[in-house]
Amino acid sequence: MAVDTTSSKASKPAGAATPAPASKKQRPSSVVLKLIMAASGTLLVLFLFAHAAGNLKIFVGLPDFDHYAEWLRELGTPLLPHAWFLWIQRFGLLAAIGLHIWAAAALTIRAKKARPVKYAHRPKVQGGYAARTMRWGGVIIVLFVIWHILDLTLGTVNPAGGDSAASERVVEGFAPERWYVTIFYVLAVVAVGFHLRHGIWSAARTMGQQTVKGERRAKAIALVLSVVLVAMYLSVPIAVTLGLVD
Amino acid sequence: MTASEFWSEGEPVFDKAAPDGPVETRWERRKFNAKLVNPANRRKLTVIIVGTGLAGGSAAATLAEAGYHVKSYCYQDSPRRAHSIAAQGGINAAKNYRNDGDSVYRLFYDTVKGGDFRARESNVYRLAQVSVNIIDQCVAQGVPFAREYGGLLDNRSFGGTQVSRTFYARGQTGQQLLLGAYQALERQIGLGNVEMNARHEMLELIVVDGKARGIVVRDMVTGEISTEFADAVVLASGGYGNVFFLSTNAKGCNVTASWRAHRKGALFANPCYTQIHPTCIPESGSHQSKLTLMSESLRNDGRVWVPKAQKDTRRAADIPEDERDYYLERIYPSFGNLVPRDIASRAAKNVCDEGRGVGPGGLGVYLDFADAISRLGQKAVEAKYGNLFEMYERITGEDPYETPMRIYPAVHYTMGGLWVDYDLQSTVPGLFVVGEANFSDHGANRLGASALMQGMADGYFVLPNTISNYLASGPFPKVTETDAPVVEARKQVEDRIEKFLSIDGDRTVDSFHRELGHIMWEYCGMERTEEGLTKAVGLIRALKEEFWTRVKVPGKGEELNQNLEKAGRVADFIELGELMCIDALHRRESCGGHFRGESQTPDGEALRHDDEFSYAAAWEYFGADGKPTLHKEDLNFEYVHPSTRSYK
Amino acid sequence: MDIKVRVWRQSGPSAGGKMVAYDVKGISPDASFLEMIDVLNETLILDGDDPIAFDHDCREGICGACSMVINGVAHGPEKATTTCQLHMRKFSDGDVIDVEPWRAAAFPVIKDLVVDRTAFDQIIQAGGYITVPTGTAPDAHATPVPKKDADMAFEAATCIGCGACVAACPNGSSMLFTAAKITHLGLMPQGQPERDSRVLDMLQAQDDAGFGGCTNAGECTTVCPKGIPLSLIGRLNSDYRKAITKR
Ligand SMILES: Cc1cc2nc3c(=O)[nH]c(=O)nc-3n(C[C@H](O)[C@H](O)[C@H](O)COP(=O)(O)OP(=O)(O)OC[C@H]3O[C@@H](n4cnc5c(N)ncnc54)[C@H](O)[C@@H]3O)c2cc1C
Ligand code: HEM
Ligand code: HEM
Ligand code: SF4
Ligand code: F3S
Ligand code: FES
Repeated sequence: MAVDTTSSKASKPAGAATPAPASKKQRPSSVVLKLIMAASGTLLVLFLFAHAAGNLKIFVGLPDFDHYAEWLRELGTPLLPHAWFLWIQRFGLLAAIGLHIWAAAALTIRAKKARPVKYAHRPKVQGGYAARTMRWGGVIIVLFVIWHILDLTLGTVNPAGGDSAASERVVEGFAPERWYVTIFYVLAVVAVGFHLRHGIWSAARTMGQQTVKGERRAKAIALVLSVVLVAMYLSVPIAVTLGLVD
Repeated sequence: MTASEFWSEGEPVFDKAAPDGPVETRWERRKFNAKLVNPANRRKLTVIIVGTGLAGGSAAATLAEAGYHVKSYCYQDSPRRAHSIAAQGGINAAKNYRNDGDSVYRLFYDTVKGGDFRARESNVYRLAQVSVNIIDQCVAQGVPFAREYGGLLDNRSFGGTQVSRTFYARGQTGQQLLLGAYQALERQIGLGNVEMNARHEMLELIVVDGKARGIVVRDMVTGEISTEFADAVVLASGGYGNVFFLSTNAKGCNVTASWRAHRKGALFANPCYTQIHPTCIPESGSHQSKLTLMSESLRNDGRVWVPKAQKDTRRAADIPEDERDYYLERIYPSFGNLVPRDIASRAAKNVCDEGRGVGPGGLGVYLDFADAISRLGQKAVEAKYGNLFEMYERITGEDPYETPMRIYPAVHYTMGGLWVDYDLQSTVPGLFVVGEANFSDHGANRLGASALMQGMADGYFVLPNTISNYLASGPFPKVTETDAPVVEARKQVEDRIEKFLSIDGDRTVDSFHRELGHIMWEYCGMERTEEGLTKAVGLIRALKEEFWTRVKVPGKGEELNQNLEKAGRVADFIELGELMCIDALHRRESCGGHFRGESQTPDGEALRHDDEFSYAAAWEYFGADGKPTLHKEDLNFEYVHPSTRSYK
Repeated sequence: MDIKVRVWRQSGPSAGGKMVAYDVKGISPDASFLEMIDVLNETLILDGDDPIAFDHDCREGICGACSMVINGVAHGPEKATTTCQLHMRKFSDGDVIDVEPWRAAAFPVIKDLVVDRTAFDQIIQAGGYITVPTGTAPDAHATPVPKKDADMAFEAATCIGCGACVAACPNGSSMLFTAAKITHLGLMPQGQPERDSRVLDMLQAQDDAGFGGCTNAGECTTVCPKGIPLSLIGRLNSDYRKAITKR
């Protein structure tokens, strides 16, 4: 059946205005990126709780706190050599932070590309404050952690210096006359709280939480966990600054 | 009435495709006798389908599944937005899931009767038969119809029938059905079997050697004009209610595809049959651009009234009970507020014409729920109609729990359309017409929930079977860009666009459309008279003249130009309006949606004249200024015998 | 009432654009937002200016064609309302109203307020259907569907494909749209055989079309004219996770 079906213009591929380039490099899907963020974020949250709990030991007594720091390094021995557990944990944390930041960056780049032209009249914030502050909040947290490690782990920026005991670094670092350091910590910890208030709920959603009731519950749990965590962290520097710890 | 200064009469037209014999087996026999196309050859055959509504979308998906190469067109940005999306109430099917005595025969009977004995028995019977398969198909596609607690499909009764056969998906039945068809269509697009051209408007039909072989389209984004060829062309371009400017149809609904085909030789049947829906939200001012339908179910609990006195401008609440006229209950005591659509509409117009209408411009009547609220309580009323009340409040800013709703009739559906035979083929071989664009199944009036049924019957089940009979009769000779009819068709489109852009007058396209709408509504609306229609033809001819000298179309052809699009549509509406008035003028009887003032019983009811007018009027185009020629197709009723409707 | 609108004017897909201010005088509070633009356009045409191009069709809130960001909010200030169903009585005399097109790379501007939403069709093409060629369906009552599932599927299926979710999302993500379709089809027994491939393919198409990834910001649902719930995104995520682990 000879039929001419050509038309006067080049026929378009079926319905596609902008067909995806065939040679597109396989990249992780946006949901895979989110799953990576959720998994790494969850690890980080677990660490934060453990860390916060450890910090509270300072209220039991400074030696107990130092003992705890030492215990950390002995953990796993004799199965593992001295401080290996700590190093494994450190690598784990680094990997988690690395993956988390990488996925966050990839999603951010995609988001920027997805909206190349901004609105002239900026959209009002409608969907909650936390959601919009995740990226900046995350960056602030990482900058804080760098400072914090120089301060309390390495002692480089701590008046007590590198060779001191952990408790000395804490007590001297948050000494009353160094109130600005305390304020900086408070702000950073609050930033962590905001990040987690949205992050914990968001991770649940990413992993498949899908009922309206569950959504309310997940948001409530996220809020409670964040507040508890913030309180646990803040208690230490504030108590030291106010001279309640010695 | 015979031929006159407005029209001439030609030979009768016959439906040669219709089988005879027992009505129950006609469709089976037609399918069996239809020639088939070998599956291997189908890929070499191209079918153009204009329209992606329920009729066109379902046809495109089905033909592509069968193996044909399909090219699909719609004017919206996505096939999913075709006007079928707006249908609310539901879809009929003779499933008899309620065990309430429904059957294919009963649906057939109700539809022929509902059409006021102006539809073909063969077609309607087939429609009732196929209705059953439609529901199966849609459910399998995942259409989320309303269900009962047992998990089975729910039904409701609709449009005054005595059985519950209407399937529905809340108030969004059309949307859910269309999404089913759209998804099937998208699947075929993804597989490369359908070439989808959204934002493309068909502006001309290409007829070569007497056969429909293609269309001329305009890419609405770039303005590029192109010619597209195929072995057969299917029009699924919907209804033309927008000839009235204000209607419940989407703004883009138009007659252009049908009208261009009509000009190329396809007969246009029963153009004057228009359905006017009684419960729409009235116009609120001169800015009004379209009207919104409110579900008919509101009349179950609302009481319709107007003040007894003319020009009574008091608030509804200030008008005492004995100064109100519950006119439907008064005139039709046995049916009351539940009289059929045409009767409720006409009664509303009458009281408004008497100067007793309410709201802006006096074009509205009250639909009052005060009684229902005091009888059932506000909670119960809210449970039943809450979403409709909300919609009303959103549009009007009035709270219907406090003040009565105002409603007014509006144009809703057009029963007329291109004439087709039993195979859905027009008088131009190779040109098929499906859905609201054809005239086939509803006669002079359409029952609620039957348009969706017809569109899908045509697209999923009828056309795919009958079109093969035509396609098998190939091979068709090759058509090229340089063939004279192709060159001419393209030139017609280009010249017209050129003309629109060059007039550069002082009136906008919309202003002409509005004016045409007023004429049509006034003289070819709910009640028509010889005097009015004659006047209307004169007014429309003058308007046409003025349009072609004073219209102003801004911009260029080679860009997205929405006023250029509108100009083409309005130019065709003006010609169609004239034909509608002539058709209404020639039919000196009242039937279905067509009420002739001269043809009524002593107490003001519609009076049909079966002896003179038991035919479909198929009009042939005779030049923009010539007289159209009437071809009659006689209708025979072997099974359902004509009777008179009464609602008193 | 008298108002001033500032509208994004862009003559073509590759042209630059800018906000242009127009005075609209004596508009009725009963006019819809689109009717207000109709009225403005009539005067623009007679003044020899180019009228404002915008998408619309049903003007009943169901076709999903209308698409304007009004004062920074997709579909304007009314909750659960399309632009065509927004009325001028929601504004005040003397207001200055900014009107912009949907902004997303996947929805390039064609002219003024008109954008190309073909990307949504591509997502559906990738898997937003149940494969059932015409005529092959069993009786409709062969498979009962629990009312709860049917109702929830319906809720999800009411998405009108308008794209407001994308316009509002800080990441330009179409997650809510895609999730609505995944949920609708995934809840029906008929949709089970293709459930895994559907979610993988549709998500791939969404990413390929240039939409951003969802970070659960939740702005989409607040502008969605059909109130598609945010929780459906969790369903998509869950289906996706199950589908990749099976693969
Ligand atoms: C408000 C409302 C409620 C309704 N409710 C019901 C109901 O409850 N039950 C019921 O049975 N019926 C109902 N109807 C009627 C029913 O919806 C329609 O009759 C039916 O959907 C028409 O379907 P269609 O496929 O023939 O055309 P449409 O759905 O109108 O599709 C027309 C198609 O043609 C395309 N097109 C038109 N012209 C051109 C052109 N020149 N070039 C390219 N493409 C073109 C359009 O883009 C579109 O894709 C309702 C109608 C309205 C207005
Ligand atoms: C530079 C550092 C960081 C950046 C840029 C960053 C950024 C982000 C972003 C963009 C998100 C996604 C937002 C969303 O889901 O709405 C996110 C989620 C999350 N973040 Fe971070 N973050 C950082 C550090 C951290 C840290 C230190 C923790 C742990 C304490 C953390 C825990 C989480 C959690 C639990 C989530 C939720 C994951 C999900 O939504 O699936 N983040 N982060
Ligand atoms: C505000 C109260 C906090 C106090 C008092 C505190 C205290 C300490 C101390 C004393 C150490 C050194 C432990 C050691 O070397 O044995 C340490 C390490 C560390 N802290 Fe904190 N911390 C606080 C908050 C935080 C927060 C909010 C974070 C993360 C967001 C954080 C992340 C870390 C990390 C990553 C290390 C390094 C762990 C390692 O060396 O393996 N801390 N902290
Ligand atoms: S999810 Fe809502 S906002 Fe998004 S396309 Fe659907 S209806 Fe529009
Ligand atoms: S706003 Fe965007 S980030 Fe996700 S929750 Fe909605 S798609
Ligand atoms: S125009 Fe159809 S939804 Fe607004």
